[in-house]
Amino acid sequence: MSVVAGKELRIVGFLCNWCSYGGADTAGVSRFKQPSDLRIIRVPCSGRVDPLFVVKALLNGADGVLVAGCHPNDCHYSEGNFYARRRLEMLKKFLSYMGIDDKRFHYTWVSASEGARWQQVVTDFTKQIHALGPLHQKEEAGD
Amino acid sequence: MTQKKLKEVVQKVLPDVDMVIGYRQGFDPVHATPFFVTRPEQIDELIWNPLCVHNLASYIPSLTTNKKVAVIVKGCDSRAINQYLQENLINRENLVVIGIPCSGVVSVSKVLKAVDHQIIESVSCENHAVTVKTSQGEKKLSVSDVSPDKCKTCLYPTPLVYDHLVGDPITSDKEPESVYDEVRSFEEKSLEDRFQFWKTELDRCIRCYACRNACPMCICQDRCIAESRDPHWVTQKTNQTEKFMYHMIHALHLAGRCVECEECTRVCPMEIPVAKIKKKINMEMDQLFDYKAGLNAEDTPPMYTFKVDEETIEEHEL
Repeated sequence: MSVVAGKELRIVGFLCNWCSYGGADTAGVSRFKQPSDLRIIRVPCSGRVDPLFVVKALLNGADGVLVAGCHPNDCHYSEGNFYARRRLEMLKKFLSYMGIDDKRFHYTWVSASEGARWQQVVTDFTKQIHALGPLHQKEEAGD
Repeated sequence: MTQKKLKEVVQKVLPDVDMVIGYRQGFDPVHATPFFVTRPEQIDELIWNPLCVHNLASYIPSLTTNKKVAVIVKGCDSRAINQYLQENLINRENLVVIGIPCSGVVSVSKVLKAVDHQIIESVSCENHAVTVKTSQGEKKLSVSDVSPDKCKTCLYPTPLVYDHLVGDPITSDKEPESVYDEVRSFEEKSLEDRFQFWKTELDRCIRCYACRNACPMCICQDRCIAESRDPHWVTQKTNQTEKFMYHMIHALHLAGRCVECEECTRVCPMEIPVAKIKKKINMEMDQLFDYKAGLNAEDTPPMYTFKVDEETIEEHEL
């Protein structure tokens, strides 16, 4: 997806259907101002997020990846986010070993009612990615 | 000595199983090769020396469903068997494990380098040393000088699981902490240097998939996502992105499962330190979940389970 050159970066967000996607919706309905860098992919549960989704996105053009799910103990499927937590923590520790800044990846918990918190998460994460700059050089894009 | 005892054990075991998996002399004096013994007259061909480098446990998962198999394992290889048992990948009733306490193997590529890639006429193995004869003369090499990196930090020279043990158990004299020294020193480099290191190393990758094929824990090889078209995770392009992706797939699919046999590094034709990637994840598994793969058949791999309150995982702030 194209970006507004010089202004936007590509950030991919994997949001759980039951909490974080609802939270993002709440933020939208409440007309909270948010940066427009994020592209949201709705997944059934944060447990659906294979760490390889994140790796694939980062290697293939994303400048940052955000994963959000229900708070621990609030998973719609009882335990999906507990598995996700272990996997994503492992990934977070692993990325920088391969030379990819782990600040480009963030995972957090946002419930459907937390519109304001969602706004905060997106704004802060986008700021963080903008501080790091683009991950990919232009010439590599068509490689 | 051990070789003679091994043959006696195999003699005893063979009538009750369909095959015994061991080693015999390969195509040249410095290579051993896996050997499937099915008839008593083949037993004499079996060998045991520091050239027996392969992890024979890798053959078991495809066999124990309908055959009774005996396998010869070193300490490092035995961890794969425990891991198979944890993941329910083998049928223990159809498996006889012949363990050999191992005082270290050689890295064939290091031996070849030591003799400058001359054609090797003969190799003789004594206690902790191999003597290699080429047309340029004889060279005596200490096993510890040409051993693969895994032997330098080996904590489990005696198999952790066995039905028959050939020889006396050996205890490791290595520091448990030293296993991940390599990872720690690598992490002291800057992010940019680390990226450049992997970029240079992985640039040589020809995606032959030897590391995957040799890996005892890569059990879904016939439907590996590195080769499947649906889902299409990696393309056939030979660029950096796809090479990184392939190795990340291999590493992440082994999270909490890698038994550190370092077969991946051994088989790599381009000499990429593939196992170094997995070692980092193993270190994380140890620190986060106090877990080392393949030590105990009753354990649960950390990615197959969870705790409601993870004491070791803290929330990340932005």
